[in-house]
Amino acid sequence: MNKNNHIKSYCHINEGIVSLNGKAVYENISPDFASFIKSAYHHFETDYSKFFKMDNLSKLAFMAAEVLLQEKSSPEQERNMAIVLSNRASSLDTDRKYQESIADENNFYPSPAVFVYTLPNICIGEISIRHKLHSENSFFIFDAFNADYIKEYSDSLLDTEKADEVLCGWVDFDEGRYEAFLYIVSHQGSHLHTKEEITRLYLT
Amino acid sequence: MSELKQELKEKIIEQLNLEDVAIEEIKDTDPLFGEGLGLDSIDALELIVMLDKDYGIKLADPKEGKKIFESVETMAGYIAEHRSR
Repeated sequence: MNKNNHIKSYCHINEGIVSLNGKAVYENISPDFASFIKSAYHHFETDYSKFFKMDNLSKLAFMAAEVLLQEKSSPEQERNMAIVLSNRASSLDTDRKYQESIADENNFYPSPAVFVYTLPNICIGEISIRHKLHSENSFFIFDAFNADYIKEYSDSLLDTEKADEVLCGWVDFDEGRYEAFLYIVSHQGSHLHTKEEITRLYLT
Repeated sequence: MSELKQELKEKIIEQLNLEDVAIEEIKDTDPLFGEGLGLDSIDALELIVMLDKDYGIKLADPKEGKKIFESVETMAGYIAEHRSR
């Protein structure tokens, strides 16, 4: 076990609630994700018009990162933060939308704006653009949140000095259901970076 | 022509998800790319699809788009001249 790495902060988004370090910071029990995430965008006074062009998975990941990365880096100081995300449904929500747009050969108008989101790791790109991150990144698909795998991968990035911090976790969207659990791992923090602690925070 | 310009402004806002832009804010001669609405290359592709889907116009040469999509006014002029729907 690497005792040098810690969890600095963590964010959950699901069932209409955004929480930071275990405390709810925004609630809106909207019947659908679109209304909820739009209200969260306004609540956190996010000023980023490209947000509205994103697919659901990217909006979810972007908003969780937005809550976690409130402290903006200065323009001169590049933040060496890697991103390691995972989920179960990949980009299936957007894949289905794209498939619908090409299913009828008599009404065949594939949308370029939908197509560009037919990969799950695009949400990492959106976060990277917003926070000017040029660092290592990976996206993994699992049946369920795999704390052990993400921990090992993040530790490796930190221990080999590929990154100073890692933004990692789970961001999943499928058929209207959504769940994000993102956390920052670094050399300092209030929680030990262990499989047990990650799992405990995930289930909090 | 003014109806077509109004229609185009509505379509641009809706199809390009410009949630924070109001129709009144788009002037007929505002540049759509760069300093104006700030559209990007994916938006340009969406506009090409829109010309085909809604007005039956297929751009043989995507480079033509640069002039056509300069502003709502240039778009409306091109559509009025070439539309089949």
